[in-house]
Amino acid sequence: MSTITVPKTNTLEEKQYLLRFRADSQSHLTVLDHDICAKNCPDKLCTLFCPGEVYKWEGTRMSVGHEGCHECGSCRIGCPYQNIKWEYPKGGHGIVFRLA
Amino acid sequence: MSEKFDAIVVGAGPAGTSAAYVMAKAGLNVLLIERGEYPGSKNVMGGVLYSHQMREIIPEFYKEAPLERPIVEQRMWALSEKSVVSGGYKGLEWAEEPYNNFTVLRAKFDQWYANKAVEQGALLINETVVTECIVENGKVVGVRTDRPDGDIYADVVVLADGVNSLLAKSLGFHKELQSNQVALAVMEVINLPAEKIEDRFNLEPNQGATIEIFGDSTKGILGTGFIYTNKDSINIGVGTLLSGMIKNKLRPYDLLDYLKNHPMVRPLIKGGEPAEYAAHLIPEGGYHAMPKLVGNGVVVCGDAGQMVNGINREGSNMAMTSGKIAAETIILAKQANDFSENMLDTYRSRLMESFVGKDLKKYKDATHTIDKYPVYLNEYIPAVNKAANEYFTVDGVSKAEKQKKIMKSFTEGKGMLGAIQDIYRVWKVMK
Repeated sequence: MSTITVPKTNTLEEKQYLLRFRADSQSHLTVLDHDICAKNCPDKLCTLFCPGEVYKWEGTRMSVGHEGCHECGSCRIGCPYQNIKWEYPKGGHGIVFRLA
Repeated sequence: MSEKFDAIVVGAGPAGTSAAYVMAKAGLNVLLIERGEYPGSKNVMGGVLYSHQMREIIPEFYKEAPLERPIVEQRMWALSEKSVVSGGYKGLEWAEEPYNNFTVLRAKFDQWYANKAVEQGALLINETVVTECIVENGKVVGVRTDRPDGDIYADVVVLADGVNSLLAKSLGFHKELQSNQVALAVMEVINLPAEKIEDRFNLEPNQGATIEIFGDSTKGILGTGFIYTNKDSINIGVGTLLSGMIKNKLRPYDLLDYLKNHPMVRPLIKGGEPAEYAAHLIPEGGYHAMPKLVGNGVVVCGDAGQMVNGINREGSNMAMTSGKIAAETIILAKQANDFSENMLDTYRSRLMESFVGKDLKKYKDATHTIDKYPVYLNEYIPAVNKAANEYFTVDGVSKAEKQKKIMKSFTEGKGMLGAIQDIYRVWKVMK
């Protein structure tokens, strides 16, 4: 199958800015072993498919910006190494959709 | 909280609230637990809510519910890069009571609906996460929450905790979901004055339209795009199987922006102001992915039970029906004072005999087949566009010659037999 290309738009920040987040001080997402990301996952897939760009690779470790998480569950299911511990944020915390 | 309830419902979406409403109305002592700030604050859908299943619970709901527009026209687009072949149906009988379906904004609708369950006597607690089911002697007897002293007991627990279904998984009712069993969908709510919506979509006030978009909206990956009209906003979104997103290294919001900027779409949303962005998973595993739905003292409803018919974009209606049947079963169980798996299994058997089970079974292989044979979306949709262009362009070539050329384009590289195989394969999973 030929590679599919979609232009990168760089407008995610604007999209995220539309949302209300009641961020918890503690992350509900945990990358279990940063070495697995470094050694086994050349594409750092979660940094691509996560709809909130929660994951960013910082050279040796995966930074997790849980504050912008949509709580969709894609990273837990999509990580090819089951390397993400995924829980719901504490009651009342996290994303607050006003419309959707 | 040491009080024991007749039933605890986890999740105040369409499945959970339907279950709570029906049980509370029958006089059961019901606790409805929601993890968000309010019901709907964690919930996302494209936006189509079906009248029939809602009326079975609240007959004249449309007289008071916060609905956007009754849908009078449903369009389907086979989208190519610079063209579209469209079809659809518009009928004014859908503009009249009792209507066929409506667009809704879930944060508003779910709050209203949960409050209806409260009016019937259910107790709603927001901002509370159920962390696990309390199991004693092989029977679910309550839930553990993230509140201090947060154990709560009940005869039955209804798990309506949504697509991720962590609680049913922890009970061993299903394994972790696979990336080809869920679609990752992202959407934007774009504010646009009602008058503009009505002009652009050819609608009268208080009429709505939906467009389902196949093909280039997902760059040929299995999935769809959609445009739905609200009162004074438009929901536009796109989703593909998570596995497709991963395989093609796509960012979902890039795909959404691609659709928003597509020449066939751009004029419809031009000048609109984005008001919200939302991502959510949709269960797409269907019949084969359904978990165990019933155990001792516990039932699973709605998205948590993978009850989505992706072919006809139905899900919230299946959720409501599953919640209603679960509630009716629990009411009988209460009368018999028997909350065993054997007793509660009536829920599963009635559900599978209803349209929910029948439709899930009918399309059990559809998603998987179209995913496995991507020709339908990435070859046939462009081919149909090319054929339409060929046929409708007047350029001095005779119609007979045009038809010959079109036939050839459909069989090119695969022969007549290959094309027939492609048609048979899709007929088999959709029939």
